[in-house]
Amino acid sequence: MNPIIQVRDLTMGFDESTLWENVSFDVGRGEVFAILGGSGCGKSTLLRCLVGLETPVAGDIAIAGIGRPNLDVGRPPFGVMFQSGALFGSMTVGENVALGLEEWTDLPPDAIRAVVLAKLRLVGLEGAANKFPSELSGGMKKRAGIARALALEPELIFLDEPSAGLDPVSAVELDELICTMNESFDLTVVIVTHELESIFKIAKRCIMLDREAKGIIAEGAPAKLRNESPDPRVRGFFNRLPGHS
Amino acid sequence: MEGLTALTDRQSIEFRVPKAAPPELRLQGKLTLSEAAALWDSTRKRVAAVAPGQTIHFDMSRVEAIDGGTMALLVHLRNDLKIRGVHSEFIGASGRVQDLVHLYHGDDAPIRRERRKPKSTLEQIGEGTLGVVHEVREVFGFFGALLLGVAGLLREPRTANWKEVPHLMERTGADAVPIVVLINFLVGFVMAFQGAAQLKQFGANIFVADLVGLSVTRELGPLMTAIIVCGRSGAAFAAEIGTMKVSEEIDALRTMGFGPYRYLVMPRALALFLVLPLLTLIADAVGIAGGLVVGLLSLDLTVVGYLSETRKAIATWDVFSGVLKSAVFAIAIALVSCQQGFATSGGAEGVGRRTTSSVVTILFALILLDALFTLFFHYFGL
Repeated sequence: MNPIIQVRDLTMGFDESTLWENVSFDVGRGEVFAILGGSGCGKSTLLRCLVGLETPVAGDIAIAGIGRPNLDVGRPPFGVMFQSGALFGSMTVGENVALGLEEWTDLPPDAIRAVVLAKLRLVGLEGAANKFPSELSGGMKKRAGIARALALEPELIFLDEPSAGLDPVSAVELDELICTMNESFDLTVVIVTHELESIFKIAKRCIMLDREAKGIIAEGAPAKLRNESPDPRVRGFFNRLPGHS
Repeated sequence: MEGLTALTDRQSIEFRVPKAAPPELRLQGKLTLSEAAALWDSTRKRVAAVAPGQTIHFDMSRVEAIDGGTMALLVHLRNDLKIRGVHSEFIGASGRVQDLVHLYHGDDAPIRRERRKPKSTLEQIGEGTLGVVHEVREVFGFFGALLLGVAGLLREPRTANWKEVPHLMERTGADAVPIVVLINFLVGFVMAFQGAAQLKQFGANIFVADLVGLSVTRELGPLMTAIIVCGRSGAAFAAEIGTMKVSEEIDALRTMGFGPYRYLVMPRALALFLVLPLLTLIADAVGIAGGLVVGLLSLDLTVVGYLSETRKAIATWDVFSGVLKSAVFAIAIALVSCQQGFATSGGAEGVGRRTTSSVVTILFALILLDALFTLFFHYFGL
């Protein structure tokens, strides 16, 4: 495996309580990698550590050969889609997608406009460029968030609970979009989720965090973990048994 | 032994003491939360008589239906009895009633809940002190990050969101002109009116122009304008940034490589720094105009006479000192409101709390700065 992300002995906690400790894993280039686990196990916090929004208590992270991302210096080598989309409410969808291009490229406005429209078409939001986020549905906001994260052609994208709160049809469409992006652009996708349908459909590999164990309890292909894991917590999660993860 | 007591049309209660068996409280009918007040009152009174160490059964065999709320009350009653040392059980339930007993853990051992102890005065003082320390640390953190942002901006000036500045100047400046004009006109008007009543007694009507001119340009113009801008723009900045914080927009900005301090704070500080002195000059002019109206209407002064006296009374420094103050006020309003916005947490309630806090803190800062300016000018004879 040619890793694009390397995580070693990462420990995180708040106010003297440990959320998880000694978390280590690699994410290969071109992989769709899922971070799984029940509510409160620290999935989103792990993602925030990976993208540099939180500082871990201990451990190392290397992304694309460099160390832990420093968001205060330059352009991060990845895109992030937040759970709510986190679109800037005072800007139109087109302006949201164009923001990174205006800041980090020398493209003229008409070229930026062309790229923005192409990205919006890619995520199925043709005609939404002039709409404000408040005019979009939850699924459309997430799609617009993905378009914004893809604007600068990153080789790595982080998605926080992309299908949470969506209707089943929108969730399936979003999963298909993620698969297409991964296959067509060789994009590495790190996804935080607990939606089983999404996991089996899109994730090639995953890790599972557990609140009680304060760390990773399983790592591997989702189908293999479901069928072969000796750990009842892992089987319970994949088979939707109450009381597990 | 008591007989059957009807509580409502649909429910009744009976307290029985069978031979060689624990006392029973037999519930009958359809027990619903909307009619539970009488049941709650009556049941509690009857079980109060059961002595510690004894057992009481809640006989549910004649309950036709019970809802979740009423079941929760009965389970709570069991817990209260357990605390008093009385053993209790639900008996005779069947079908859906038994399902509900099970669902609400009525067939488990009652839980002895710890009573929440009220916090002692010392504990509250300690928590309050820690809160203040935390807040101070956050403020220092904000200004530290801001200084780093300014340093980065000096290295790369294009990284700030300068194109937002004209729009912000319009919002904070042009849009505020009507209210600034109205308030400051009335301030000048009221001051002249109050002063006129006194000055008339000494035949010194013309000195109303001095009074209004000096107080408006040195003190009230800059201060009232800053207070108006605090209420309009300071609150808006705190709410905007606070909402961005709780909706992860600030995080999104950071992951796109935009320093939020450069991107959000600098344009706001610059916009206010540019517009507040201009608004203050407008405030000075309309404040004097307010005094002029009183001079014309009730003191028999002429326009030329009033303005000539005003010009004699006011030195260039008087106007400049007010403008200087307003520039400092502008920076204070921008920084405090943005700091409060960045410190927001906890959703809509947090945004509201920080918005209120930003207005209160700015008002305090403005009065404090004004006092410091007054002392400084006095000390240096300015």
